[in-house]
Amino acid sequence: MPDIVFRTEGVTKVYDTGELKVHALAGVDLELFAGELAVLLGPSGSGKSTLLNILGGLDHATDGRVWFRDLELTKLGDRGLTQYRRDHVGFVFQFYNLVPSLTARENVQLVTDVAVNPMRPEEALEQVGLTARMDHFPAELSGGEQQRVAIARAIAKRPEVLLCDEPTGALDSKTGVQVLEALKDINERLGTTTAVITHNASIRKMAHRVIYFQDGRIARVDVNEHQISPSEISW
Amino acid sequence: MRALDKKLLRDFRRLWAQALAIALVLACGVAILLTTYGMYGALEDTRTAYYERNRFADVFGDANRVPRGVLQDITAIDGVRTAEARVVKHVILDVPGRIETVTGRILSLPENGVAQLNLPLMRQGRLPDPTRADEVVVNAPFAKANNLQPGDQFFANLNGQKRELTLTGTALSPEFIYTIGPGALLPDNKTFGILWMPERAVSAAFDMEGAFNNVTLKLDPSAIEAEVIDRLDDLLDPYGGLGAYGRDIQVSNSFIDAEIAEQRNGSMILPPIFYGISAFLVSMVIGRIIALERSEIGLLKAVGYSDVEICIHYLMLACLIAVLGTLLGWGVGTWLSRAVARIYARFFDFPYLVYRVSYDAYAISGILAVLSAALGAAKSALSAARIAPAVAMAPPAPPRFKRTLLDRVMTVLRLSQPVMMILRSIVRWPVRSALTTLGLSLAAAVLVASSFFSDALDVLMQTTFDQANRQDATLMFSPDVRETALTAVANLPGVLKAEGQQFHAAVLRHGHLEKDTPIEARRPGTDLSRIVNGRGRIVDAPADGILLSERLATHLEVQPGDVIQIELKGGRNETHDVIVSGIVTQYFGLGAYMDLESLNRLLRQAPQITTANLLVDTNQLPDLHRVLKDTPELSGLVMLNEMRRSFQDTIRQNITIMTSIYVVIAVLITFGVAYNGARIQLSERARELASLRILGFTRAEVSFILMGETMLLAVLAQPLGWLLGAGIASALSKGSTSDLYAIPLVLEPSGFARASLIVLGAALLSSLIVRRRLDRLDLIQVMKTRE
Ligand SMILES: Nc1ncnc2c1ncn2[C@@H]1O[C@H](COP(=O)(O)OP(=O)(O)OP(=O)(O)O)[C@@H](O)[C@H]1O
Ligand SMILES: [Mg+2]
Repeated sequence: MPDIVFRTEGVTKVYDTGELKVHALAGVDLELFAGELAVLLGPSGSGKSTLLNILGGLDHATDGRVWFRDLELTKLGDRGLTQYRRDHVGFVFQFYNLVPSLTARENVQLVTDVAVNPMRPEEALEQVGLTARMDHFPAELSGGEQQRVAIARAIAKRPEVLLCDEPTGALDSKTGVQVLEALKDINERLGTTTAVITHNASIRKMAHRVIYFQDGRIARVDVNEHQISPSEISW
Repeated sequence: MRALDKKLLRDFRRLWAQALAIALVLACGVAILLTTYGMYGALEDTRTAYYERNRFADVFGDANRVPRGVLQDITAIDGVRTAEARVVKHVILDVPGRIETVTGRILSLPENGVAQLNLPLMRQGRLPDPTRADEVVVNAPFAKANNLQPGDQFFANLNGQKRELTLTGTALSPEFIYTIGPGALLPDNKTFGILWMPERAVSAAFDMEGAFNNVTLKLDPSAIEAEVIDRLDDLLDPYGGLGAYGRDIQVSNSFIDAEIAEQRNGSMILPPIFYGISAFLVSMVIGRIIALERSEIGLLKAVGYSDVEICIHYLMLACLIAVLGTLLGWGVGTWLSRAVARIYARFFDFPYLVYRVSYDAYAISGILAVLSAALGAAKSALSAARIAPAVAMAPPAPPRFKRTLLDRVMTVLRLSQPVMMILRSIVRWPVRSALTTLGLSLAAAVLVASSFFSDALDVLMQTTFDQANRQDATLMFSPDVRETALTAVANLPGVLKAEGQQFHAAVLRHGHLEKDTPIEARRPGTDLSRIVNGRGRIVDAPADGILLSERLATHLEVQPGDVIQIELKGGRNETHDVIVSGIVTQYFGLGAYMDLESLNRLLRQAPQITTANLLVDTNQLPDLHRVLKDTPELSGLVMLNEMRRSFQDTIRQNITIMTSIYVVIAVLITFGVAYNGARIQLSERARELASLRILGFTRAEVSFILMGETMLLAVLAQPLGWLLGAGIASALSKGSTSDLYAIPLVLEPSGFARASLIVLGAALLSSLIVRRRLDRLDLIQVMKTRE
């Protein structure tokens, strides 16, 4: 029996926009296992980001229950969720979200400042192959480099889970591959449980499992017996 | 250093221009609070300590000639701890090397040489030998102004006898911190001095053996001052009592009171305006930054920063601005305090250095600066803390513009697109627009109020000097002399014209209301000293009845036609009923006017005069002074020409300084408000404006949109600013009204115009500076960045 990191039970999320209610998640039951690399696929608006936000403790579920190992996230308040994010989760976003006034190294330091047992920022940047650009500001880096800084920032705290929302969404094929390689490498070497949302179906081949979303529900889950390396992917 | 702190410092550096604009406004508040509150504290503390140490009296009384024995009765009044009797006289001095006649006030020192109250504080030399008739101590500033050293000699005309006196030392006294001579407008140590002389010598010289004419009292803490004053009046009245009074009317003390009150008011009126405007500017700037950094805030939260840490991060940014403002304010305030201290040193004679601004004043002004900045940032910082981490991941929704009545009106008016953009934006942020307008109108108001001061003092000096008091010099007699003496005065060398005037101490009563004020009496048709009603109409006191100044009439609640009682002090102290025949507007003094004949009829004597107003041929002045130095009845001489000039110079100088300070203040406020407003619009509209440029709008058209809003608000602020300014001016005019003087409410159109020109000019300049940024805007960069 593999080690379960995340478990959800009938998770729903309803956005109340006044006139009409949007059911972003309509009952999701899911388990993510330790050390696996899962890819989340699905049409726009199907609820992928919503689920990832709930798993990462960025948002509250409307109903249902979510566990991170033995910790029931759905029972935590804002303070508890902040602590949970601080201690366990690394995020990578489509738009990198680097702080423009801080250098690459300092952007990573932003996280190591508050983490319990972090790497040195330099070490994290080395992991993503950016040793040479450590003292550059985001405006002086390419999109791929910026996203790799974001990954370094996410892994610097040695998180148990890495949640990535369209990490290659803003990148071309070549730089996208570099980013995927960094993710894959970390997943393999550090054993970090990694969930990657993407619109790019070809990326699914590098995952252990592929989770398909449709209308706020999980439509199906595929298991890949063989994973290809990111360098074999292109789009 | 933590990465978040690095971000803080870099943000602060990037915002330097906006931060500085705010810090300058805040610095004004800090500097003014530091100066006014600091000076208020310094004056108050020093005065208290000085009064305590040198036993400044609580109650003062003057009379003509009171037998020594009455002192026992005075000491026996309930609540009196100590009573000290003195002989006090005004004399004419002849100081070697000085052509002008000098007036001196002689105070007797008790037989044993040690005063019990109002102790002179020796600065140099020693007290006079009680047995000597020719030794005196003078007040130190007088000695300094006349280059007198212990051992030097000068002459005094003591009751008709010219005596040579030897200076044994110099002193200061809590009674004469502000030393102003009779009839003078400002202290002048060259022509007015205080002389302490042994009692035996003074009594002998003025035939006052076994008597006194001045008494000062120290009261028990539990004593009721008003009751003691009444009892003292009862005891002194039979001997020509001139009305006892407390510290509030004591000349020197009342001037310091006025100054302390001014500093206290100053610390309570202006600084809150600056702190308030700064808080608004901080809230505007921090609010904008947080709107821009939503995604960064979301990120910080996602990686585990707590709400409190994020809140503090933005509050710290506000605090850095406050710290900058505080440091600037402390610098300027310290300098300003020194400048004020130098002015005080010119007018006030304190024995020890008081002009130390307390640490309290530094602490309070700094803490308030930080608090106001933090308060301004609080709402935005809290909203930053409340941003849900997930929401922050998504770009902010474009602001919702609702179609309002305004849009329909604008469509009907066929306004151009840029004008519509300006109007919509104003309506969309009504609070911000309103506060911006208020800020700019306060800048205009400050200027209107400052030019009011200058215009009002012009009117005041013009009526007082050019119309009411046109004499070159005033001779003062003590006691009053027969009016016939004017013939002799007219024959003095250089005197072209001489007119008499009488001042008689009196209490005016109407029902339960009363006021101590001298009655001024003249012959009708006098040409030199005249009663000017308001701005320019010359009136004479009627043959019967009394003319009252507006302030006196208000105080006594009388109308023309009412009957008041007047008690004529200093002699038989009889009370008469007199009809109020008219009310006149007066700026200086309380003014109660009667005809010379009718006043003296009430006094049952031939007409007498207290002063002679002279028109003098300046070429013969030295001769005139030489003769006057030997004239027995003379107790003083005021050279009005010189005094007018020095008074006007002093006032002008003060007004120039004040006006410059206010202009700087107004420009800083305008700059702070307009520059930050324009910067924020540029930040909000960068994409919009860049799109317009790409669509082919010219630079001028695009900057019209940017500058239009600021300038439109600046224009709208003007009428409000005039109104506020007129309100402040009217409050200042009312607030400055005292028994000493009233400042007329003079509002000239030029004052309003000047205020608006300065504010609009500064606003235009501020938005032009921002326009330069717009010109340099990198169109591609702006369109590329995500917002
Ligand atoms: N803050 C919100 N308020 C209202 N509705 C929202 C909000 N956030 C998401 N939604 C709605 O919830 C649904 C799910 O959104 P979600 O962002 O999870 O989709 P997604 O699968 O990530 O789509 P995409 O692939 O386009 O990113 C959508 O219909 C979206 O419109
Ligand atoms: Mg999404």
